[in-house]
Amino acid sequence: MEFTRNNNRQLLSKIATNDRHGENTPYFEGWKAYDSNPFHPTQNPQGVIQMGLAENQLCFDLIEKWLLENPDASICTAEGVDRFRDIAIFQDYHGLKEFRQGIAKLMGRVGGNRVKFDPNRIVMSGGATGANETVMFCLADPGDAFLVPSPYYAAFSRDLRWRTGLEIVPVDCKSSNNFRITRTALEEAYEKAQRSNINVKGVIIANPSNPLGTVLDKETMRSLVSFVNDKSIHLVCDEIYAATVFGSPRFISIAEIIQDMDCNRDLIHIVYSLSKDMGLPGFRVGIIYSFNDDVMNCARKMSSFGLVSSQTQFLLAAMLNDEEFVGNFLRESSKRLAKRHHVFTKGLERVGISTLKSNAGLFFWMDMRPLLKEQTVQAEIELWRVIINKVKLNVSPGSSFQCSEPGWFRVCFANMDDETVQVALERIREFMHQGKEEDGVSEKSKHWRKQNLRLSFSSSRLYNESLMSPHMISPHSPIPQSPLVRART
Amino acid sequence: MGDAVLIFVESLENKETWKVSKLEERVADKGGSMGLGQERGHMDHFGILYSPKLAWTRFAVGWQEYEKNPYDEVENPRGIIQMGLAENQLSFDLLESWLAKNPDAASFRRDGQSIFKELALFQDYHGLPAFKNALVDFMAEIRGNKVKFDPSRIVLTAGATSANETLMFCLAEQGDAFLLPTPYYPGFDRDLKWRTGVEIVPIQCTSSNRFQITAAALEEAYEQAQRKNLRVKGVLVTNPSNPLGTTMTRDELDLLVNFITDKEIHLISDEIYSGTVFSSPAFVSIMEVLKDRNLGKTEVWERVHIVYSLSKDLGLPGFRVGAIYSNDPIVVAAATKMSSFGLVSSQTQYLLSAMLSDKKFTKEYIAKNHKRLQKQRSKLVAGLEKAGIGCLESNAGLFCWVDMRHLLSSDTFEAEMELWKRIVYDVKLNISPGSSCHCSEPGWFRVCFANMSEDTLKLAMQRLKCFVGSIAVKERTHQELKNSRRKFRTKWVFRLSFQSFHDREQDER
Repeated sequence: MEFTRNNNRQLLSKIATNDRHGENTPYFEGWKAYDSNPFHPTQNPQGVIQMGLAENQLCFDLIEKWLLENPDASICTAEGVDRFRDIAIFQDYHGLKEFRQGIAKLMGRVGGNRVKFDPNRIVMSGGATGANETVMFCLADPGDAFLVPSPYYAAFSRDLRWRTGLEIVPVDCKSSNNFRITRTALEEAYEKAQRSNINVKGVIIANPSNPLGTVLDKETMRSLVSFVNDKSIHLVCDEIYAATVFGSPRFISIAEIIQDMDCNRDLIHIVYSLSKDMGLPGFRVGIIYSFNDDVMNCARKMSSFGLVSSQTQFLLAAMLNDEEFVGNFLRESSKRLAKRHHVFTKGLERVGISTLKSNAGLFFWMDMRPLLKEQTVQAEIELWRVIINKVKLNVSPGSSFQCSEPGWFRVCFANMDDETVQVALERIREFMHQGKEEDGVSEKSKHWRKQNLRLSFSSSRLYNESLMSPHMISPHSPIPQSPLVRART
Repeated sequence: MGDAVLIFVESLENKETWKVSKLEERVADKGGSMGLGQERGHMDHFGILYSPKLAWTRFAVGWQEYEKNPYDEVENPRGIIQMGLAENQLSFDLLESWLAKNPDAASFRRDGQSIFKELALFQDYHGLPAFKNALVDFMAEIRGNKVKFDPSRIVLTAGATSANETLMFCLAEQGDAFLLPTPYYPGFDRDLKWRTGVEIVPIQCTSSNRFQITAAALEEAYEQAQRKNLRVKGVLVTNPSNPLGTTMTRDELDLLVNFITDKEIHLISDEIYSGTVFSSPAFVSIMEVLKDRNLGKTEVWERVHIVYSLSKDLGLPGFRVGAIYSNDPIVVAAATKMSSFGLVSSQTQYLLSAMLSDKKFTKEYIAKNHKRLQKQRSKLVAGLEKAGIGCLESNAGLFCWVDMRHLLSSDTFEAEMELWKRIVYDVKLNISPGSSCHCSEPGWFRVCFANMSEDTLKLAMQRLKCFVGSIAVKERTHQELKNSRRKFRTKWVFRLSFQSFHDREQDER
């Protein structure tokens, strides 16, 4: 069979057999550990707590309540079934008008109502994953490159490059200025690319940032716009976390920035989604909003490859056009995220761990540099293994986000209940305490080197998971999809 | 036919200040890649027209006419009747009644408990296990349970549109080609070629043998690809065929298996219409043929892939449910990762897993659906006959492949377009000209029947009858019409009388 397999393998495309999907990296070890020993408050209290999953699980109760009160939002209930036929055959790639209106309203609201979004410019896609890939197909050709400020969402390497044939040129940002994107860094990266004969077609940023959890300030945004304008290249803004902002400074959409700037609007494109703001990654709602008519039209045709299910469009149209609900949801979500963020960051502060000051996202950027035995990626990975194996927390190492400085970790906080938060904090406290007790802070790293750093997989205690394996990995997490996902039925 | 020139649907302004990708230029060059059909919103993917001479405006106008003047039984009884849309609208009542009896599936509940949170979070590209299990069972049921499918080899995608493109990304790249028998679904030009860079080389099929694939045609296509310096990676067939409405014979399937074995290439069988086979011969899936020939676990076994969808069989195109089934684990693994770019909504997966797991329901649905399709088709065929128009004998699909060659003013594609325009403007029926499906012979049209009521169908046929009665066509002898196996047709002049068509001698078709 091996011979035949190899023979057939040559008949596949390069894309099918290369590694540019990014999933064969060592980082899935963390997921292995989690999958084989997942935490459960009663059935497996010693298991690994999932903190590598950027999901927003804090506000489902609000949505469930709305669903109960609005049975006609479903085309399958008695109240809504008279719409079933029309919706079931609706595959128009323009999307349901009411759905687009709801999305446009939400985007406007999330941007502080300082911009109006045109529903006729809203283009659907298969989640933000599909949106980012589609935008790349529209803007660049194989061999072209996009500048991406680091640290950046790990799956960009798949979404932007895999099937498109594009390259990523990272723009390194440093902690010395809180990872701000500077004009200098952009210019440097651009020039370096030019010297290597790499054709840079644009810049892509995430605002708010994953993994930093920070929002871009006006000055940086204006600088970005002026940079792309000068070079006649594109600017793609992934605003997927826009409504996860829970404190000041407020979120500013790129749409607002260009209102007051003299720039070529054909260069500006926004990617959006409901996966983080509303906590609905399963519904696959990705949005492309381009100010460029040709890109908009091209992306719309490409949306045939990833339309949003009309059943889902219909449901969300009803929900998002309920302005009272949306207003209440956004306010409440911010509150809960703020509270959760506060509990964690204060808890960490108390044991001497600092985090990057942030006010958005579903995670914080944790600074473990003082605990590294040396400032190298290798040391970071060693520490990461200890955190997974000993502390039993699945967090994401900064290197998986291409961070140029070792020692940073992304820790997700919105995908668990309050009790689990306390358990996680307790484990961290214990771990830091142990280190202090032994030989003082500077000895902590020596202490760990003595540990057996090999991962242990204790598969004996797996709790009975629900039919849907709710701990599935978000494509927006830096860790590749675990190949160990098991079918449960 | 000469080199085809795609029609511009949109012009792309030449912008100096920024550059678009070559793909976008190809969009403009290639008539918006079937965009026209979808531009209009709710039509099938029909939109591309291959013709060296036809101005795009005329083509676009035909579709615009429908949009401006759509038929409605009550509101607009003189409007244009849509017969270019391959949708199955005959069995919604069965789905609706199932929904009424199964409120949990509709409301994110299982056994009375809310599972909303789990579904809202579920984005695993391996798909909902319950849904995949139900789907493979349904696929087996459609095939009379003569084959069984393994749920671990199914990859869920956003419609067959995404499935076909994804398979191309897995199996081929720029410089490669897939061979497709003509006539074929126009959407393939976009789905298989656009973003992948893969080329399509046609396998010419003709009416001389009911458009079946021949060994000679396969070889000719293969050679043609080589002459163009294209590396042939496989063959893609649609079985049952769109636009023919026929199921492939076992001989054809055997021929294909032999061909791909000999050439060491892939075979993709798009079986999106497999559930619409309403009369004999029974549907034979490529998997059945492989099984019967004991080819399981061989090299060729792993080079056969199936595409499926619920858009036609269940009439749910809006839900975007497609699937790839492959015997090659590497293809399954790669396609699974790629499905991230177009997953099926978990809300929809859950609803359909409940529906398709209800075996009593699926059995009843399949049987009733077949009956209704068959009935509707017979009405179309009878109506066409009354208008002196024949069609290819068919046993599947949501359309008929209609022979209007005798109504052409000349045996050319220009004449086909002229006739098409008259049918759209004067007869007020929107049907699809064969040239849009890359048919090598002018005069064939695809006419859909499953997206309208019986009354609307009746009216459409009446209009057609009146039209045929009123035009002067080239006369043909009776002999000529009967002898459809001849390769070369001589032109005859034939003038129809204004008498009722009931008086006219009917041809055997």
